[in-house]
Amino acid sequence: MGLRVEDLRVYYRTLRGPVRALDGVSFSVADGEIMGVAGESGCGKSTLGKSLIRLDGRMKHVSGTVELDGVTLPIANDIAMRRYRFKEISLIPQYAMSALNPTRKIGRLVDDLLASRGVDPVALRPEIERRLTLVGLDRAVLGNYPIELSGGMKQRTVMVLSTLLDPSLLVADEVTSALDVSTQRAVAETLVGFRDRGFVTSMMVITHDISLVYQIADSIMVMYAGKLAEKAPADVVVNAPLHPYTQLLISSLPEVGVRYSSRRLTGIPGRPPALLNPPTGCRFRDRCPLAFDRCAEEPPFVEVAPGHQVACWKAGS
Amino acid sequence: MLTVSGVTKVYRVGAFGGRSLTAVDDVSFSVGAGEVVSLIGESGSGKSTIGRMVLRLAVPTSGRITFDGADLASLKGRALLGYRRRVQGVFQDPFSTYNPIFKADRVLHMVRDGFFPSVPAAVWRTKVEEALDGVRLDPGQVLGRYPHQLSGGQLQRMLIARALLLDIDLLVADEVISMLDASTRIDVLNLLADLKARGLGILFVTHDLSLGNYLSDKAVILKRGQVVETGPTEEVFGNPRHPYTRHLLASVPQLHRRWSDGPLAEPVN
Repeated sequence: MGLRVEDLRVYYRTLRGPVRALDGVSFSVADGEIMGVAGESGCGKSTLGKSLIRLDGRMKHVSGTVELDGVTLPIANDIAMRRYRFKEISLIPQYAMSALNPTRKIGRLVDDLLASRGVDPVALRPEIERRLTLVGLDRAVLGNYPIELSGGMKQRTVMVLSTLLDPSLLVADEVTSALDVSTQRAVAETLVGFRDRGFVTSMMVITHDISLVYQIADSIMVMYAGKLAEKAPADVVVNAPLHPYTQLLISSLPEVGVRYSSRRLTGIPGRPPALLNPPTGCRFRDRCPLAFDRCAEEPPFVEVAPGHQVACWKAGS
Repeated sequence: MLTVSGVTKVYRVGAFGGRSLTAVDDVSFSVGAGEVVSLIGESGSGKSTIGRMVLRLAVPTSGRITFDGADLASLKGRALLGYRRRVQGVFQDPFSTYNPIFKADRVLHMVRDGFFPSVPAAVWRTKVEEALDGVRLDPGQVLGRYPHQLSGGQLQRMLIARALLLDIDLLVADEVISMLDASTRIDVLNLLADLKARGLGILFVTHDLSLGNYLSDKAVILKRGQVVETGPTEEVFGNPRHPYTRHLLASVPQLHRRWSDGPLAEPVN
């Protein structure tokens, strides 16, 4: 049944008022789907990922529901969420380096983690070793301290840990951004392998790198300034995007083979609006080459083709 | 203009410096005026160490780096200051370069204190505005602001403006755009392309092959401190000879082409 998010709003409390980091987001992720969440910094993509796991002290759940496999998650209630975290919904954090306790051997850390969830670590030990081998690690890493592993090894160790209890949804937040290209590819392909082997049912891969997420995702959701701009199958987003923001973003990406002397790429002029007091209407309006009068009214996020949703007045017509 | 010949850098590592680590191993290349040379490699390939040696923030263990014929190792005092006036660096993280207590334009005024103390304030102000204009920043928008009030792209462009104030001949750009957003990234790259057209030589240090390819005339692919492949960018990217280069190219995520469409070249160890 997957994940259903309805009109989710999460604001950050600040002294100057609420920052509307996530402002009315509705989407769903089907079973077995790997959905990429792409956008620039400050667009709310990490806030979305965090909202599904744990709201920290500054974050306030304003409205909206999150439903996972037919069960409504109590995302605003930190304690009630405990029974879902790690078991039903799990997170791979951005910096694996800081996710591991530097004073504990990895095996010890795993045991503590499992014991805290009421799972017998000894019974699960063969499975852990099997999965470590699957991602190309020696089971001896359980006897290592995190400092003894390279960045890519730590990232893969954390991936194995996060998915040990076969969660229904895995949120992977910028898991590859700190890695080298060849390690990046290995880690990204491991994520797909986890889905194919059924370790996780569905996945949200949050990243700023559209070309990376295109490699592994079934669908891509593009966010802009706390709202959804477009969601479509990965091929459609890359080859035939409808939202002007997606179009400009895709065309500004340099690729191997493109040189400035033959084809000069252009960025998107301007910058995203501040989310403290965001403007009404379409939030991309000020930077959009297609903007017209109607953009003062907020465009709904509507389906224009099967599996393809866009929030733009010009897209449907 | 800049010639790096047979440069090796060995670091002492371990608790008592008992072991040695060769970060850069017998690397040679040159950068001419108006030429962009990309140093491409993964972490630990020594690309930043080379950049640091060119900026003379580190000294080679052996080999020579010369700039217009003068050996960098022999530069001292006034001659070194003169070198810094012609060669400057911009680094990856624009946020940590600025002191958050001071206004961001302090980095521009410090150039005057250090290099041009005799220039009157009014003349300097015009120079600053020209330099900011050169990197397409609106002086009214960025002067007098604190670092947290500016975006990463603006901060990074201000650092490039700072380098331009010195009227430099060579810029060492070490991962200058990896911290920037996709939509502003390309603006900084295009800016570097414009500067190149004005005759500035650029040593472009990056781990991102697509960015190295967009701008550069020559590419130097590094692996564990050694040059594995070097040549005109079109050739290195169009027809890579070394298996490591092929492996790197196959790993780069590209739009319009999936990894699964092509075979992965075997990694070489």
